[in-house]
Amino acid sequence: MTWSEVFELLTGGLRETAWMVGVSALLTAVGGLLLGVLLVLTDKGRLRPVNVVLGAIVNVGRSLPFIILLVAVIPFTRAIVGTTIGTDAAIVPLTIGAIPFFARIVESALREVPPDVVAAATAMGATRRQIVGKVLLREALPGLVAGLTITVIALVGYSAMAGVVGGGGLGDLAIRYGYQRFETEVMIATVIALVVFVQLVQMVGDLLVRRLSHR
Amino acid sequence: MIEISGLRKTYRSRKGSVTAVDGVDLHVGEGAVFGVLGQSGAGKSTLLRCVNMLERPDAGTVRVGGQEMTSLRRKQLRIARHGIGMIHQHFALLSSRTVAGNVAFALEVTGAPRAERKARVAELLELVGLTGRADAYPAQLSGGQKQRVGIARALAARPKVLLSDEATSALDPETTDSILRLLLDLNRRLGLTILLITHEMTVVKRICTSAAVMRDGRFVESGAIADLLRAPGSELARDLFPLDGPTAVDGATVVDVTVSGPEADEPIIAELARRFAADVRILGGSVETLAATRAGRWRIALPGGAEDNREALEFLRERGVLS
Repeated sequence: MTWSEVFELLTGGLRETAWMVGVSALLTAVGGLLLGVLLVLTDKGRLRPVNVVLGAIVNVGRSLPFIILLVAVIPFTRAIVGTTIGTDAAIVPLTIGAIPFFARIVESALREVPPDVVAAATAMGATRRQIVGKVLLREALPGLVAGLTITVIALVGYSAMAGVVGGGGLGDLAIRYGYQRFETEVMIATVIALVVFVQLVQMVGDLLVRRLSHR
Repeated sequence: MIEISGLRKTYRSRKGSVTAVDGVDLHVGEGAVFGVLGQSGAGKSTLLRCVNMLERPDAGTVRVGGQEMTSLRRKQLRIARHGIGMIHQHFALLSSRTVAGNVAFALEVTGAPRAERKARVAELLELVGLTGRADAYPAQLSGGQKQRVGIARALAARPKVLLSDEATSALDPETTDSILRLLLDLNRRLGLTILLITHEMTVVKRICTSAAVMRDGRFVESGAIADLLRAPGSELARDLFPLDGPTAVDGATVVDVTVSGPEADEPIIAELARRFAADVRILGGSVETLAATRAGRWRIALPGGAEDNREALEFLRERGVLS
């Protein structure tokens, strides 16, 4: 295989990975935030049963190996995307797999906000919406961004398995060409591309966290 | 301004229940500075948090500015809370916002229009002496400056009442002093009623007009400082003016004398010595200017036994200074 062919494979794979990870990260950010906030808000008081149910669902999601989840949600994927193969189809299990992961990170980041800061806002007469939006989420923002960075990198890892449903991407390249066809150059090239990709994600994440944190 | 009666609060957990506040009655007049003094675990914090309903009392009534707090609905309670400022031991500032942002937050909560906020923030920062630090983040401030932000924030909605939860306990003595001066100044200039809890004697000495000693969820004694000091066996007097002289001297009668109010500057000891021709010895003691009054306390030794000094002791008792 010539270097230009390898390069073509790589750019294609990179584009697919970026698409899969990008879209699922976006959906995960929204879903995980919602779920995480719900977990914190329902922790005490009358809504405690809701917390128990949500917690159980999250734990089930977290305990399934991704490769199993990928196959298990195929009917659901078909209902949503209309197909069960391809990059778009891979986004559904990726998102479902990452939401519980990120939700737990959101939950612990929100719990890091000192209780007396929340009490102070309550004592000022803040509404629950103000407390969630202006105190909890805003104060936890550096932690949330750091958590999202971890989640995105985990998604890059998960996306390597998307090849099972024809999702493509860099990980799929490494498995198909590098592992199954002994194309060592492709293997090395994809690994390097993945390392660079992950490094970039982490760098951007760290930079943002530093910008946002005033502790 | 604040009327509490029969307040009770019990925390229940699997390990059993703890009654943090066990039947407290409290009256804080308008413009008063009331200090609740007690060790940690005495229930002071719970008591304070029951005033603005951060904790729901199990029994009793809490009235602030004539309004019964326990019966308010959620929205009414939020509005009532705008009229009750609160400052905290660890400042409880938003780390993600600047000094100005923290003060502005209190205004956002009350729904003040954006246009008004900026001017009001500047006004409040000037009031607490933080002009020029508006764009700093809390992490860049000293403890005293953080508490000033806390105070500015608490005053944003022009409350009539300020609750102070160990506001100076995390500060060094000098900074404590400057914060107490600020609180006293605000009390006088704005007519702000202050209810504070503390375990520091200096706080009570420096700014309180009335105080209560709390132990195991109950008030052991409470009232105006001048009256409390005069009451025989007063714990507050003992705590404010610790006497470390010997409690017994051979061939002499040792008594403690506490004076407060105008009589603090009267020559009581000299009069005692002159009238009864007694060689009074002072074993220990001090006279200080408190916020509420001037007061002093001495441990003195009168030569001879109790029988020899019956008249002298009667004189002291009559003057109401024997404790």
